[in-house]
Amino acid sequence: MSFSQMVPLMWKGILETLYMTVVSTGLAYVLGIPLGVILIVTDADGVNPIKPVHDVLGVIINVFRSVPFIILLFLMLPVTKALVGTQIGSIAIIPPLTASAAPYIARMVESSLKEVDRGVIEAAKSMGASPWQIVYKVLLPEAKPSLLIGAAIVMTTVLGYTAMAGMTGGGGLGAIAANYGYYRWQMGVMLVATFLLILITQIIQEVWMRSANAIDKRRK
Amino acid sequence: MSVIIELKGMGKTFTTSNGSVTALDDINLQIEKGEIFGIIGLSGAGKSTLVRCINFLEEPTSGSVIFKGKNLGTLSQKDLRASRREMSMIFQQFNLLEQRNVLRNVTFPLELVKTDRKKAEEKAMQLLKIVGLDDRAKAYPSQLSGGQKQRVAIARALASDPEVILCDEATSALDPKTTKQILELLKKINKEMGVTVIVITHEMKVIEAICDKVAIIDSSHIAETGPVSQIFASPKTPIGRRLILGDDSRHDEIHEHLEGARKLRLVFEGSTYGEPIISALSKQCNASVNIVFANLNQVEGRTVGQMVIELPEDSIQQADIISFLKARAVKFEEVKS
Repeated sequence: MSFSQMVPLMWKGILETLYMTVVSTGLAYVLGIPLGVILIVTDADGVNPIKPVHDVLGVIINVFRSVPFIILLFLMLPVTKALVGTQIGSIAIIPPLTASAAPYIARMVESSLKEVDRGVIEAAKSMGASPWQIVYKVLLPEAKPSLLIGAAIVMTTVLGYTAMAGMTGGGGLGAIAANYGYYRWQMGVMLVATFLLILITQIIQEVWMRSANAIDKRRK
Repeated sequence: MSVIIELKGMGKTFTTSNGSVTALDDINLQIEKGEIFGIIGLSGAGKSTLVRCINFLEEPTSGSVIFKGKNLGTLSQKDLRASRREMSMIFQQFNLLEQRNVLRNVTFPLELVKTDRKKAEEKAMQLLKIVGLDDRAKAYPSQLSGGQKQRVAIARALASDPEVILCDEATSALDPKTTKQILELLKKINKEMGVTVIVITHEMKVIEAICDKVAIIDSSHIAETGPVSQIFASPKTPIGRRLILGDDSRHDEIHEHLEGARKLRLVFEGSTYGEPIISALSKQCNASVNIVFANLNQVEGRTVGQMVIELPEDSIQQADIISFLKARAVKFEEVKS
């Protein structure tokens, strides 16, 4: 493949990869943050312990996390069709990616919120804060740097999974690497696509970590 | 004065996987409006649990807590939160919100009740002025010293116009000089704003510095309670004596030194403070006494001294010394090893 052919191919791949990564991560956070908050709030030492809710949610999350992504992708095909109207293309990987990332995010959020100093939560309680106020005025703001670091990990993981988009006939750098490199023995294309994936991962990681440090008031 | 907080037969038992642990048992206390009430005990005595039961951060398992005539155990969650706003709390580790600046830490309790932001900030600035930190309003807690953090915590505690401030080992993480400043600030707030202050501590110095009354807590029970000067002059319990004589190591030393010998603890205050009692005693009774411990303290704003002396072995001389002390109106008590 010539250089002039490769540039538009790779550019399209980058855009599709970013599209799948950003949309899936975003949607997964919309689901994952409330799940993580519910986990921490209903925990035995949380601000509003409800053991059955905590335990049942915990099991559901673990089930979703244990199913291998490739299996989830196939199992969810009818759901995907219902949600986005198709079972093929880049868009078809977004529902399974979201479903796979959301429980993972729930656990990340749970662990970030658990790091918040118990004394600070106690202080808020002593000032008459309600459980809900403790969540959105204490837990989430105080855990913000840790949540951003978690987001870096989640996003790069999701980025890796977008390589599976080839399975649904979708695009992206991962699919390019597999289709050209593995099926057609075009090693050059595979190496370039892989290098670009590494580069994007590095950039995402850097951006999130830097912003986590920038907003962390404990470091100044 | 009227009673603002009353604990009636209050107890707290924790259920753990290793069975139940009684942290507090049959606690009865009355705290009057406007006073500074100290609760002192060694670590593990149950004092931290006690203060958390007062604002129901820990729910007592028996008895009741009456705050301004209301039994906290019977209140709804909403009413309980309203009562908590009337008794603020400050902590050993300050517990400031690390991601908020000083000003926004102080406005936090006001945000909880949806006070208008501008009003809240004005009030926070006034409070920061009271605690002497109005120039650090935009700083973050990580940029402050321990004493400054506690000042912010005090300003935050005052934001909800509380009637009571609960201090849980509020000076235990601070150096002696800063401790003194924080205690003075608490005293000023008590005097000028009429806020009742409840001080939990393991240090007698803190009690002596600011408290009017004290309760001594020992292994889940109140050992004794009364005005600080009275407890200081004549503690009725071994734990009271132990806390007044000072820290454990020194206490043990005194006891080692006095093994077998009769000894008296003298308290000098008011008329007896500043008189050369011991030198007069040696002359008049023609006896020499061994001084093994002495210090000066500020109790309720007055200087009070205490001294532990070892009596000579001669029983006639002992009787002479005791009648001399009685004649001079020196408060004393026999200390048993």
